[in-house]
Amino acid sequence: MTGSSAPEDAPPAAPAPNDWPAGRAAIIRDSLAVGVATGTYGISFGAVSVAAGLTVAQTCVLSLLMFTGASQFALVGVAAAGGNPFSGALTAVLLGSRNTLYGLRMAPLLAYSGVRRLGAAHLLIDESTAMGVTRDSRPAVRTGFLTTGLSVFLMWNTATAIGAAAGTAIGDPRTYGLDAAVGAAFLALVWPRLADNRNRLVALAAAIVALGLVPVTAPGVPVLAAGGVALLAGLLSRGAALAELPEAPAHPGRVDER
Amino acid sequence: MSPTTWTAILLASGVCYLLKLAGLSVPPRVLDHPVVARVADLIPVALLAALVAVQVFADGPAMVIDARLLGLAVALVLLLLRAPFLVVVVGAAAAAAALRLIG
Repeated sequence: MTGSSAPEDAPPAAPAPNDWPAGRAAIIRDSLAVGVATGTYGISFGAVSVAAGLTVAQTCVLSLLMFTGASQFALVGVAAAGGNPFSGALTAVLLGSRNTLYGLRMAPLLAYSGVRRLGAAHLLIDESTAMGVTRDSRPAVRTGFLTTGLSVFLMWNTATAIGAAAGTAIGDPRTYGLDAAVGAAFLALVWPRLADNRNRLVALAAAIVALGLVPVTAPGVPVLAAGGVALLAGLLSRGAALAELPEAPAHPGRVDER
Repeated sequence: MSPTTWTAILLASGVCYLLKLAGLSVPPRVLDHPVVARVADLIPVALLAALVAVQVFADGPAMVIDARLLGLAVALVLLLLRAPFLVVVVGAAAAAAALRLIG
């Protein structure tokens, strides 16, 4: 996988280089490939969401308005377990907080203000950050960010609608293993973050805490309580925080997470 | 359930948007504190790991081992083989469905 190689601070105030038209075409091509590959698995979100008991309309509104995959899966995951919708909402919000970190990193690179910033904020997700942050000029950052964000948005919402419509037509979702698909989706989402030992320990502890609470608390509570493990580990561990920026996919077919 | 679900969806969507906008708007020093940055990094790890565990083993308040565990095992193998997201998810579902079909 290609790591993020952007300079740590200095935002690229540099004008576009001389070979910009060719560079721009390459960025657009790569970004569209990521957008299509990522957006397609909105099909699994749509199917899983209606299997969890949400309506097709609720499922589509989630993809349109929330538009951050892990949070959407979390909300429907808690709903599937019979949890209070607000437990699901709180879990979704906590997961969505990582987009704030992406925004802090992208803000000086994009340098948007006013209405443009309001629009760009909606497209601020793992992939658009990954495809924007590594560029070496402001036009290149904006091209990567916007092309990826918009193409994921279009594909993700189209695929969600298809998945939701198909999900209502197939009967008992368990017959098709859709309940197992949710756990697999969460595992795939956390997978890129399990590269270091501290994160593995936190993941293991969080899973144990959550399972321990399942028999004695309302659905949704075990997952929220596991967030406390992150709080505790963050307070107790030492050393600089790792930069947890999403990495650009090594090739467009492989997408780690949203 | 539906009005509550709608409220939860719209509320969470609004807050998720504000979290994105906040990142593009607030001065970076807010997250300069190392503890804040570490906790923010670890929250997705903890929540996603907990979601995996609950999603696979919980059945209401009970803990069960069923076809979902086979699905998770298949997902793990596919991730180790660097399969794309959609393949991992579909592979897990197919494995669970196949076990239920023959079981």
